[in-house]
Amino acid sequence: MRIIRIISVLTLFIAIATLNVEAQCKTFAKSECLPKLNPYTHDGNYHAAVLVEGEEAELYKTFYSDMDYRLAIVGESKLQHVEFKILDENKNIIYSNKDNNYAETWDFKLENSKQLKLVVKVPQFSKPGDTPVSGCVAIMFGFKLKK
Amino acid sequence: MNKKHRIGTGILTVIILCMILLSGCGSGGSDKTQKTQKNAAAVGQPKDNTQAIQDIKQAEKIFNALPSPLESAMLMKSAGAKFDRKFLNPVDNAKNYTTQSSQALNLGIFTCDLSFASLYDQTQLIIDYMNAAKKMADGLGILDAINQSTIDELEENINNTEVIMKIVSETFLNSNSYLADNDQPAIASIVLVGGWMEGLYIATQIVDEKDFNGNKLVGRIIDQKLSIDVLQNLLNSNKENPAIEALIIQMNKLKTVFDKITIKTKPIKTEIDKTTNTTILKSEVTTDMSLATFKELTSVVAEIRGTFVK
Repeated sequence: MRIIRIISVLTLFIAIATLNVEAQCKTFAKSECLPKLNPYTHDGNYHAAVLVEGEEAELYKTFYSDMDYRLAIVGESKLQHVEFKILDENKNIIYSNKDNNYAETWDFKLENSKQLKLVVKVPQFSKPGDTPVSGCVAIMFGFKLKK
Repeated sequence: MNKKHRIGTGILTVIILCMILLSGCGSGGSDKTQKTQKNAAAVGQPKDNTQAIQDIKQAEKIFNALPSPLESAMLMKSAGAKFDRKFLNPVDNAKNYTTQSSQALNLGIFTCDLSFASLYDQTQLIIDYMNAAKKMADGLGILDAINQSTIDELEENINNTEVIMKIVSETFLNSNSYLADNDQPAIASIVLVGGWMEGLYIATQIVDEKDFNGNKLVGRIIDQKLSIDVLQNLLNSNKENPAIEALIIQMNKLKTVFDKITIKTKPIKTEIDKTTNTTILKSEVTTDMSLATFKELTSVVAEIRGTFVK
């Protein structure tokens, strides 16, 4: 009986904590990442995740030749930096923000439509033995018609 | 095993599950992180913290991003498509959608129609389609994605396309972030599929076959081949949902037609426009779609979309 009670309380705690973290991630994405797209129009899609130091996320998306795009990737300040790379279908690196002082945005346009791969990574910065830090990372796309 | 040890094992298992759960903050995408969670839960064995952390690090989150309804509508407009309301799903149909999957599909469809109407200054239709999208969002239990203040703001800015697009973008963000945060990635995927299919349906219907060669809109339709595998991956990552299973079959049929279209690309070269600090991705691409394939695609898209809006 006691075990069931303990597990029930902890399960409830997990559910509340998970929803809370996810709601915080959504709020973070809207308050910190969305404004970085200005003056581009946000496409309306939502991509955000809690990443731990050393963890990677990937995103696949088609980009069209008629548009100018802005990519914004913002992580919570406790993550220090968020690295991202853009790769083509042959895994060639098209852009890396590491070479651009960990810029949070990248403006680009294409001569022809392409599917690109985005790799986002939270670099490891804690000392060995320390608890790895985790935090929300939001990925958003803005567009406008090519001038 | 004594009682104390059993209690300790139970608590440790729950703590590990808690840590793993906290690492995931969802959005529509296939997700190796989720697989890690399932594996840990399935094994049911307590692990030490180091192992749990290692599991998290090895996990990888994958997002399969389809064009949003707003982006699809924008692409049609930029390709010179003319507005015709007969291709939109009539708002009166909204009352027919009572199941979760039909509401999700038509939330995407009505949002695409709303975006299309917005870009062509169809003032009354904008309000009507926003209300239809609201009905679908309400049916799905998406709280406050579209509320009365959204409709009021829309009415106040009905002649300002830029503000309307911002409102449409915000409402769509509210809907899909709500679904992602409430652990409903399958429903979020269905919404995206509905929106993407509606864009493809309108585009294929608008093309005049007499004006097929060199038609910019045909080019945009060909481009959708680039998204079909993303769409399939998105659905496969949520295939335990029965509604998704049916969509997978329909999308496989669509893929067989897209497979008849050829797209050949050469490696990308980049150039930076220093005045705008914009990277230009240059590459040669050759595409080919016959009129017969276009007709087949139009027919298959109409057939599938017909099952969505019935």
